[in-house]
Amino acid sequence: MTATQPAPAGAAAAQGPILEVRDLHVHFGARRGRGPVARAVDGVDLQVQPGEIVALAGESGCGKTTLARTILGLVEPTSGQVLYRGRPIGRGTAALKPYRREVQLVLQDPTGALNPRQSVYESVAEGLRIHGVKGDEETLVADALARSGLRPPRRFFLAYPHELSGGQRQRVVIAGALALEPSMLVADEPVSSLDASVRGEILALLLGLVRDLGLSILVVTHDLGLAWNIADRLAVMYLGRIVEQGPTETVLADPRHPYTRALLSVVPEVHHLEHQLLTGEPPDPTRVPGGCRFHPRCPAVASGAAAQAGVEHRCRNEPVPILRGLAEHHAACYLTDESVKKEPERRPSTRGSHAEGLQ
Amino acid sequence: MALLEVRDLTVSYPARAGAVPAVRGVDLRLDPGETLGLAGESGCGKSTMAAAVLRLLPPGTTTTGSVLLEGEDVLTMRPGRLRAVRWTEAAIVFQGAMHALNPVRRVGDQIAEAIRLHDKATDKQVGARVGELLEQVGLPARRAASYPHELSGGQRQRVMIAMALACSPRLLIADEPTTALDVMVQAQVLALLEELGRELGLALLLITHDLSVLAATCERIAVMYAGRIVEEGPAAAVFEAPAHPYTRALAEAFPTIGDRASRRNPHGLGGDPPDPRDLPGGCEFHPRCPVSVAACPTLDVQLWPAGEGRRAACVHVRDGRPELVYQVPPRPVGEDAPVHRQVAP
Repeated sequence: MTATQPAPAGAAAAQGPILEVRDLHVHFGARRGRGPVARAVDGVDLQVQPGEIVALAGESGCGKTTLARTILGLVEPTSGQVLYRGRPIGRGTAALKPYRREVQLVLQDPTGALNPRQSVYESVAEGLRIHGVKGDEETLVADALARSGLRPPRRFFLAYPHELSGGQRQRVVIAGALALEPSMLVADEPVSSLDASVRGEILALLLGLVRDLGLSILVVTHDLGLAWNIADRLAVMYLGRIVEQGPTETVLADPRHPYTRALLSVVPEVHHLEHQLLTGEPPDPTRVPGGCRFHPRCPAVASGAAAQAGVEHRCRNEPVPILRGLAEHHAACYLTDESVKKEPERRPSTRGSHAEGLQ
Repeated sequence: MALLEVRDLTVSYPARAGAVPAVRGVDLRLDPGETLGLAGESGCGKSTMAAAVLRLLPPGTTTTGSVLLEGEDVLTMRPGRLRAVRWTEAAIVFQGAMHALNPVRRVGDQIAEAIRLHDKATDKQVGARVGELLEQVGLPARRAASYPHELSGGQRQRVMIAMALACSPRLLIADEPTTALDVMVQAQVLALLEELGRELGLALLLITHDLSVLAATCERIAVMYAGRIVEEGPAAAVFEAPAHPYTRALAEAFPTIGDRASRRNPHGLGGDPPDPRDLPGGCEFHPRCPVSVAACPTLDVQLWPAGEGRRAACVHVRDGRPELVYQVPPRPVGEDAPVHRQVAP
């Protein structure tokens, strides 16, 4: 699969994105030619600028975690590229080692992420030892703990995870990442297993890291409130594709894609959108529908709004072009996005074909 | 008569260093068909409350007070009567439904088991009832033949609800029923619970730490902190204008999307919940409270009237100055945790 369209030129040309994902595909399964192929990530372009927080939102099974793992080099892409500061990340443990120091992972469940038999000190120092960081280990660990809000840090050195609260454990995990002085964090649902009262504290910590250390953060979440709280840009993912992205304010104030609208309307605190409960089977990456992949569940197709606008046949038959990693607000929707609507009509896709005709 | 009436309930768990109080004098009332939300953070005693209602607490637990289910005290019931009451009068949907189903048995058989325990019925009748229950929770009857791993998280939670409904209880207790579920699935499950409440006249006790979920689903809300109810009242009023500073912190934890004040400004609550073995004196919340005053550390806390149908355990409510709960603008969290070192990106 080759991209005929050039990479988005001039996107913050002066500095360039710190992280860029180009036409990424990650397919699982059918290793011995048997069984269906799961197209977990199925054509994604994404950019993270230095000092930016990008939220990647979507439901379970939409591919957001696979995308995050591929960015970290934990999963090899089927095709496409992950670029860090303009250079493709390598393959294999040795090649990835320097990259893995620069880009750190923060996991969802701090209780599972920490070794219960390791003290806080050992947990934070482990990364320093793996990467052979020079300097006084004790000072580095203390600094990292202090920066994650565990103060005074030395009081926590000998504590074990079971002696800490959920919020403190997540701070230890973040300290482990910060100890290596990364330039970017990839956080997978960093607050979803925490109590409501602790949530705000951890989010504020992440915001502070961007403000004070100039970190970039890609945060994977199903929580649009989190995006509103901290993210500069928001990308909404559905069934392996980004279906809408743009500045958080505009995407959440004026969601264009029917999927984003539905997702937003069921957030209990949102009152300006009509409650839109999606029904139908949960999306299955082994059976990606042809045409727009959301059309079988799309309220605009079901209500006839798409037919009225004269785009229904495109929704049903014509694959929507991949959203390029641009800064402006765009949705992969024939009905609501003018630039997508203006795309010349193309051949209908072969339903369920492995390589969808994208370009 | 109230369907459920909890009077001055205390629950203590045994521990080497002496009993640990988890629930410390709770009064609750739930009328038939009513929905009550119980909110609070981990360790506040809300799940203990749920277990106490059906006497599901581990052996060695000390309980005082009473839990009246249709006038009958669950805490002093004989075991035979208790077995009859569980499922037929009140049923629980537990937290973490993913693990509550037996992975090697078909879900239909698991639902049938609950029916057979309480009703004498032929296989055919049981099978029909299982299909009916599955359809009631929005699953096709043929799903009875599925194993749990063949179902999605939301579908498994629906099976758990079908199982709880098997013996037509009048009270359904749902303990964090939507915690590990996606927003869309969470909305579906909550809509289902609401619908069941309406159609079957079920009373619902919904327990979660997410106040916004309760505000959207329940008629009344009770907020627990350190084993006590600190605020109680009609859901919308409690969520929109909390009378207790703790409720306020919980309400602000989840931002209103579109609200400028919370944009790039997450609100939280400093500090950690108190250790139940070593509770602070007076109002238990005072060490974390943004609006505490000199009286708080020695205050004899009670639930004082706080407007129509509302009560709150805050000194400012007692003094008739609820506006003081809003005196201090919410502290932008993280301000107290400055990040020292500057590192070039």
